[in-house]
Amino acid sequence: MKKIEAIIRKSKFDEVKGALKEIGIEFFSYWDVRGEGKSRQERVYRGRVFDTSVIERTMLSIIVREKNVNKTIDCLMDSARTGEIGDGKIFVSPIEKAYRIRTGEEGDQSLFIKGEEE
Amino acid sequence: MLFAGIIPLMAQDVASPEPFISAGNTAWMIVATALVFLMTLPGLAFFYGGLVRRKNVLNILMQCFILAAAITIEWVAFGYSNAFGSSSGALAPYIGGFDWAFLSGIGISDVSPYYISQSVERIPHIIFILFQCMFAIITPALIIGAFAERISFKGFFIFSLLWAVLVYNPVAHWVWSADGWLYKLGALDFAGGTVVHVNAGIAALVMALMLGKRRGVNGTPTVPHNIPFVVLGAGLLWFGWFGFNAGSGLAADGLAGNAFLVTHVAAAAAALTWALIEWFFHKTPTTVGIATGAVAGLVAITPAAGFVGVGGALAIGVAVAVVCFIMVSIVKHKVGYDDTLDAFGVHGVGGILGAVLTGVFATASVQSAYTGAIEGNFKQVGIQLLAVAVVAVFSGVMTFILFKIIDKTVGIKVKAIVEEEGLDIYEHGESAYN
Repeated sequence: MKKIEAIIRKSKFDEVKGALKEIGIEFFSYWDVRGEGKSRQERVYRGRVFDTSVIERTMLSIIVREKNVNKTIDCLMDSARTGEIGDGKIFVSPIEKAYRIRTGEEGDQSLFIKGEEE
Repeated sequence: MLFAGIIPLMAQDVASPEPFISAGNTAWMIVATALVFLMTLPGLAFFYGGLVRRKNVLNILMQCFILAAAITIEWVAFGYSNAFGSSSGALAPYIGGFDWAFLSGIGISDVSPYYISQSVERIPHIIFILFQCMFAIITPALIIGAFAERISFKGFFIFSLLWAVLVYNPVAHWVWSADGWLYKLGALDFAGGTVVHVNAGIAALVMALMLGKRRGVNGTPTVPHNIPFVVLGAGLLWFGWFGFNAGSGLAADGLAGNAFLVTHVAAAAAALTWALIEWFFHKTPTTVGIATGAVAGLVAITPAAGFVGVGGALAIGVAVAVVCFIMVSIVKHKVGYDDTLDAFGVHGVGGILGAVLTGVFATASVQSAYTGAIEGNFKQVGIQLLAVAVVAVFSGVMTFILFKIIDKTVGIKVKAIVEEEGLDIYEHGESAYN
């Protein structure tokens, strides 16, 4: 079991969500994040031009079984990409344990609903 | 000045017809009074509230709101009497006395002793009192823009009340009362260029200098937390200003129509000029910029509204946008004072420019008795400059003294943690967005 974290463009979120759904990844968390980086955006306030270093992105956190890791990464690489600087990053890390609170199921079983998925 | 042509009732010529309350003029003045109230609440409150950071927005709204309440009480208690009443002896040109304290002796059928062009068909005295009350409210509220984001609420409240009593009321008396010494000098100020804008603008500059910069604000502007609020507030200011200027003739007549016309034209010219300057120099016209330009135009046309025509309004609108743009974008940063929301840069500078240009563009085709430099009356420019200088010096010195007294007694600047975490939580126990 792996955690796939992806920082993507806010404008790409709907496309990424749709693509993940198509490959069967229906559960994940996401939130808006701000970061630092080289990208600068020009703002104007009452005739004063200044740079903001604030970079706004959306972060996704997806926990998947081993068999879904590669297709999830491929899906993200494809759907979040524009080719311009600032498309984001993907980080993959192992998950030690997982539980479903309602049923007490552990491990892989906690990630999908029996009967709806194999 | 404003009430060019006021004659106290008792001085009326016995042969002239008896003044009475005109239904038409009264109807317009009730509406105009409500429009001027709208300028402070919610117009100015949202204009300033949107420009500050999200942690301080309630503080701004609260400052505007409490002034609307407190100044009203001060006004009926003794403020109106001090500003527009009369006193005897050597004090008469300087302050109004207490004869009308708590509006004593003023009945509902009394006609206003003040008028401009309509000497017979007048409005009720109580409507005049209320109309002026709205001016007394917005003037100290304008200063909020200079000390925003770092003043203690207690310090602000005491300062504003004392300023209203010791600065606004006397200056209003000098300029607008029939006994006033600046009025007798012959300066032109239709709706409050010197009394409201120069007065508040200079106080704003002194407060910004005395309080010092906000912590952590160095060169880079703080980003407005809600620009739609700024646009909403500026729109309401523009709308309310029709009452402010077109109501200052105290009648529904051609002079009011002219004030309405030139007010609208000057605001439009200044808004457009500001937007074009930004478009040309920064490639993008900003919404904060166009809103600021409109307000600058409204400020500058205020003293001129009853004296200039459309040509003058266009010239004043374009000029004020250029000058205020240079002030807030270049001069302020070169000099290095932290006028948070440009109360001095827009109201002070715009007010001074408007007052001086009134002396340039006043035309006999609007009020036959008043002409400016373009019609050969160069002396008028000098009189305008003198009135501006007098009000600026008085307002500046008094503001300095009030600051020192309040700073030494109750304290006026908030602690570092309050400034960093926001005045809303520490001064009001609330947060705007939950």
